[in-house]
Amino acid sequence: MVGIVGYGTQIPRYRIRVEEIAKVWGADAPSYKRGLGLNEKSVPAPDEDTATLSVNAARNALLRAGILPQELGAVYVGSESHPYAVKPTGTIVSEALGACPHVHTADLEFACKAGTEGLFITLHEVKSGVFPYALAVGADTSQGAPGDALEYSAAAGAAAFIVGTDRLIAELLHTDVFMTDTPDFWRREYTHYPEHGGRFTGAPAYFKHVSGAALGIMDKAGMKPQDFTYCIFHQPNGKFPVQAAKQLGFQEAQWLPGLLSPTLGNTYSGSSPMGLAATLDVAKPGDTILLVSYGSGAGSDAFIFRATERLTEVRGMAPLVRTQLDEHRVFIEYGTYAKFRRKILKAE
Amino acid sequence: MQVPKFWREIPRYYRLEAGKCDQCGKITFPSRLVCPECGSREHSKVHLSGRGTLKTFTIIRIPPDGFGDQAPYAIGIVQMDEGVGVMAQITDCDVDALSIGDTMITKFRRVREEGKTGIIMYAYKFVPDVGV
Repeated sequence: MVGIVGYGTQIPRYRIRVEEIAKVWGADAPSYKRGLGLNEKSVPAPDEDTATLSVNAARNALLRAGILPQELGAVYVGSESHPYAVKPTGTIVSEALGACPHVHTADLEFACKAGTEGLFITLHEVKSGVFPYALAVGADTSQGAPGDALEYSAAAGAAAFIVGTDRLIAELLHTDVFMTDTPDFWRREYTHYPEHGGRFTGAPAYFKHVSGAALGIMDKAGMKPQDFTYCIFHQPNGKFPVQAAKQLGFQEAQWLPGLLSPTLGNTYSGSSPMGLAATLDVAKPGDTILLVSYGSGAGSDAFIFRATERLTEVRGMAPLVRTQLDEHRVFIEYGTYAKFRRKILKAE
Repeated sequence: MQVPKFWREIPRYYRLEAGKCDQCGKITFPSRLVCPECGSREHSKVHLSGRGTLKTFTIIRIPPDGFGDQAPYAIGIVQMDEGVGVMAQITDCDVDALSIGDTMITKFRRVREEGKTGIIMYAYKFVPDVGV
């Protein structure tokens, strides 16, 4: 039996509202809020990046796992905003946790799917007996070009999962994948901001792959939407995951606990993993959870978990996602946001 | 700061690695070669919990090079739960709302970077413990 042993998240305290961004670019905030299903998004502090968010999320995961960092056989960090172009984020994370030196480390990239890449690899690695425990982190401090639609959603956050074969809080029942070459979103080398295919990111990209993976895993498991207690779909905005869930036959009560994007934004590699963490914050033993990620380029990973008794014992050992998301927020204006995101720099 | 100098301090900066005297149990941070309490040279490595109480602080309004975009920011000494005082930047806070006696926890943060092409230096910073 393999599954999740501990989980943890980190969300920056800063937020910017859709109205604040729209005001600067002369855009119509109500139509953006309606069209994207977003109200606000998280903004990393100037001293936060993918490495810091990953470490702080992973420390929370260790608290719930109740294992020593030296017991981690692998550390994988999935992100599209690694602090270095060349120097693995995983080395910083492993060292900060105290997992070095006997730890296999890699940085993963697959647009917004890099977080579940790590989860997929660690689950199967641990299942095969290579390591007793392994850590998978999905984290990003994503950027959208000023004035672009992405600027309203590109947010920051991290979710970390420790995988093992004992002390489980959620048992893995099935995995599946759905992947094709679909150029809906990309960033070329040496460019700062990504580009995207506008409406092309919808039906042939997000919806095709998310529903492909969801239908594939449900077919493999012999399960129907009504057999799940909860479902989480990648959240590039507040609208797509709800549309996908409805199209597949899920009900609001199944997706609501894991839907964070309306007030968090799209944390890219952290997006659906943070939705899973928020769902684990409310799940009861025996509840079944469907997780489907999506990464542009494009592909989806799908997982089915069943919560165990231990989940309720360890839940309170680290901050809940909703606590990090809803409490002690600091709202900033566009000028501060531009400074924090280094869109403007002070002359030295 | 040179790369090797930073690298040598990684256990302290990243994991709050301290020294504990095998003779009298005194904890020192950074770890000392000779115990200031009993003079013993035998030490074990321990990790601070990262929790403590703000003992004193000052607000930097005229920052040194490399910190210009962060001013005003606070530097404080926190009495850690293990009894040792630790000085670091206090981040994620309203500097005008800080009070001596506030409960603090450490978070892993960027401290500085060596220009646009050099290394990024990470270490502990304090944040007010608000449960997030």
